[in-house]
Amino acid sequence: MKPHKRSLAARIGNWLLAVWSALVLIYLVAPILVIVPLAFNAGNELSFPMAGLSLRWFADFFGSDVWRGALINSLIVGSGATIISVVLGTGAALGLRTSRGRVGSLVRAVVLAPLVVPTVIVGVGMYFMFSALGLTGTYLGLILAHATLAVPFQLVTTSAALAALDERQLWAAASAGASPLRSFFAITLPVALPGILSGALFSFATSLDEIVVTLFLAGPGQRTLPREMFTSAREFLTPTIAAAATVMIAFSITLLAAFLALRGRDSTNLQSETEDTK
Amino acid sequence: MHPHETWRAIRGYALVIPVLAMLLVTFVVPLLEVVRTSVTDDEMQASLPNVAAALRPWDGQSVVPAEASQALLLDLPAAAPQKLAALGRRLSYEDPKANSLLRLTAQRLKSGATNLAEIDGRWAQPGTWQMLKRAAGPYSSFYLLGAFDLRRDFGNGVKDSYETGGLYRNILLRTFVIAFLTTVCALVLAFPLCFFISQSSSVIQRGAVLIIMLPFWTSIIVRTTAWIVLLQDRGVINQLLEASGLINRPLPLLHNRFAVIVVLTHVMLPFLALPLLASMRAVDHRLTDAAASLGAGPLRAFWSAYLPQILPGLAAGAMLVFVLTLGFYVTPALVGGPADQTIGAYISLFTTGTGNWGLASALGLVLTVSTALLLALRQTLTGFAKDQGAADR
Repeated sequence: MKPHKRSLAARIGNWLLAVWSALVLIYLVAPILVIVPLAFNAGNELSFPMAGLSLRWFADFFGSDVWRGALINSLIVGSGATIISVVLGTGAALGLRTSRGRVGSLVRAVVLAPLVVPTVIVGVGMYFMFSALGLTGTYLGLILAHATLAVPFQLVTTSAALAALDERQLWAAASAGASPLRSFFAITLPVALPGILSGALFSFATSLDEIVVTLFLAGPGQRTLPREMFTSAREFLTPTIAAAATVMIAFSITLLAAFLALRGRDSTNLQSETEDTK
Repeated sequence: MHPHETWRAIRGYALVIPVLAMLLVTFVVPLLEVVRTSVTDDEMQASLPNVAAALRPWDGQSVVPAEASQALLLDLPAAAPQKLAALGRRLSYEDPKANSLLRLTAQRLKSGATNLAEIDGRWAQPGTWQMLKRAAGPYSSFYLLGAFDLRRDFGNGVKDSYETGGLYRNILLRTFVIAFLTTVCALVLAFPLCFFISQSSSVIQRGAVLIIMLPFWTSIIVRTTAWIVLLQDRGVINQLLEASGLINRPLPLLHNRFAVIVVLTHVMLPFLALPLLASMRAVDHRLTDAAASLGAGPLRAFWSAYLPQILPGLAAGAMLVFVLTLGFYVTPALVGGPADQTIGAYISLFTTGTGNWGLASALGLVLTVSTALLLALRQTLTGFAKDQGAADR
C-alpha cells in the first residue's frame, strides 16, 4: 500500500506545482495581454468590456505632435546609440580578444562597469558632467549616455562570437600574404557577425527602454517614448498611452524575434546568453 | 616578445582606446565627480574667504576667535550677492533662518553698523559660529553625515541632527525593506516555476522560457504602465471583482506598498528566473537518485543533494534582484505612495529638483557602496557555493 500512497502524494505535488507555475506565467504575461487589446478599444475607458474595436487611439498617437515626436526621438537616439555601441564595442571585443593580461581584464571591467553601478548614480554623474560641458538637453548627450549603457552588451555578445574564431585560419591567411584588413573581412567578420548583430539588437533595446538616465539628461526637445510615458503615467492614463505601450511592445517583439532568429531555433539555449549579458 | 606579437598588442590597445575615451567622459569622470561633490563644501570659501580661514583653526568649543568676527565685518559687505546666496542656501540646510541672517547682516554692515551682536543677537551665540565652522570647508563630511541624519558636534564627535528627524535613515531602511520583500516574492514565485520547467518536456520548456523572455524584453515603463491599468480604482482587477459581486467598492490596489512589491517583483522576476533555471537544468540527477537509493527521504535528498547544486544560480539571481531593486526608483515613483519612495527618488529630486547636489551625491555614494558590498558578497557566495559543489562531487 505504501508505494501507491506515496505516488498519489507525488502526483498531487506535481499537479500543484503545475498550477503554481501556470499562475506565475500568467502573472508574467498578464499586463502585456491586458494593455494590448485596450489599445484597440473603441470606448474612452481603459477597462473591459471593450466598447468595440477601433484604431482611433493609434490615430491619436500618430497624430499627436507630442507622441509622434517622442517616437521619432526614440528612434534617433536609439539608432545613434546603437551605431556608437556597435563600433566601439566591436572594436573593444577585437582588441581584447587576445589580451589575457591584467590590463585586458581591467579594460574589460571598466567597459562592463556601467551595468553594475546603479543607473541613478550614472545619471547623476552624467548630469553634473554634461551640465558643465553643455551636453544636457542635447541629442549628442543623450546618445552618448545611452551608448554608455549599451556598450557592455555589445562587448559581451561580440566577445562570445569571437571565441569561436579559429586562430589557425588567421595564421594561414597571414602566411599566404593577406593584409590584416583583408583577413578581417574574410575570416574575422563572418564569425563575429551574429554576435555583432545580437549586440546591436541589445543596444537598441537598451536605448528604447532607457528611462532613468533620460529623466536626468533629456530636455523638452529630446523626450523619448519612455520619458513621455513616464509623464503620462504620473498624471492621467488615457487609452493613447495603451497605444503607445502597444507600439513599444511591437518593437520589443520584433527585436526579440530577430534575436531568436540570430540564435537559431533553439530558444532553450537562450537564457544562458541573456544571463551573461543582462 | 616576437615583433608580430608586439604589433598585435599595440593594435589591441588602439582598438580599445575609443571606447575607453567615451567611458572616461560619460562614466569614469562623472562618477569621480559624484564622489567629489559629496565631500565638497566650499560655498563659504568662495563668499567669505577670511571668515573660513579664521574659523578653520578653531576647535568649536572654546571662545569664538575675535579674528572670525573681524573677518566677517570685512568679508560680508564685500561678498558677491550670488556667492552669498549660495552660502545662504548651504547654511539653510542646517538652519532655515540662516539665509536671512546673512542677508540682513550684510545690509546693516553696508549701511555703517559695526557691532555684530547689536545687529542680531544670534551673532553672540556660539551655536551660530559652530554652524559657520561646519561650513568652513572647502571639503567636509557634512553631506555624508547628513545622509545618515548625523551632524558633526564639536567635542562629542557626531550627533543626530533633529532637523531631518531621521528622514534619510528611514528612507534607506525602507529601500532595503522593499528590495528584500521583492527578492523574497521573486524567490517564492520563481523557484517552483523553474523547478517545474526544468522537469518538463522540451516543448513546455521552450514555451515557458519564451513567456519569461517576453516581459524581459518589454520596456519596464510599459510594464509599469500596464500594471497601473490593472490596479487603479477603475482598473481591470477592481472591475472584475465588482462585476463578480465580491466587493462593492474598489480596493485600494495602487499607490501603496502592495502595488510597489507586485510590480517590482514582476519587473525583477526574469533576472532571478533565468539564472535559476539555467542552474536547475544543469543539475546532475545521478546525485539525487543516489541519495534516494541510499534511503534519503525526498526532503533530505532535496536538501543535501539538490539544493547545493543550484545554490550558485539561486544566490546569483537573488542577489542581482536585490541589488537592482535597491537602485531602481522609477517603478515605486509611479505605483507607490509617498511613503514608498526609495533612495533613488530622493537622489533624483535633489539633483534636478532642489539642487542640493551635495546631499544627492552623498546619498548616491551610500547606494553605490551598498551595491558594491553586496555584489562582492555575491561573488564570494557563488564562488563558495561552486567550491562546495565541486567538493561534493
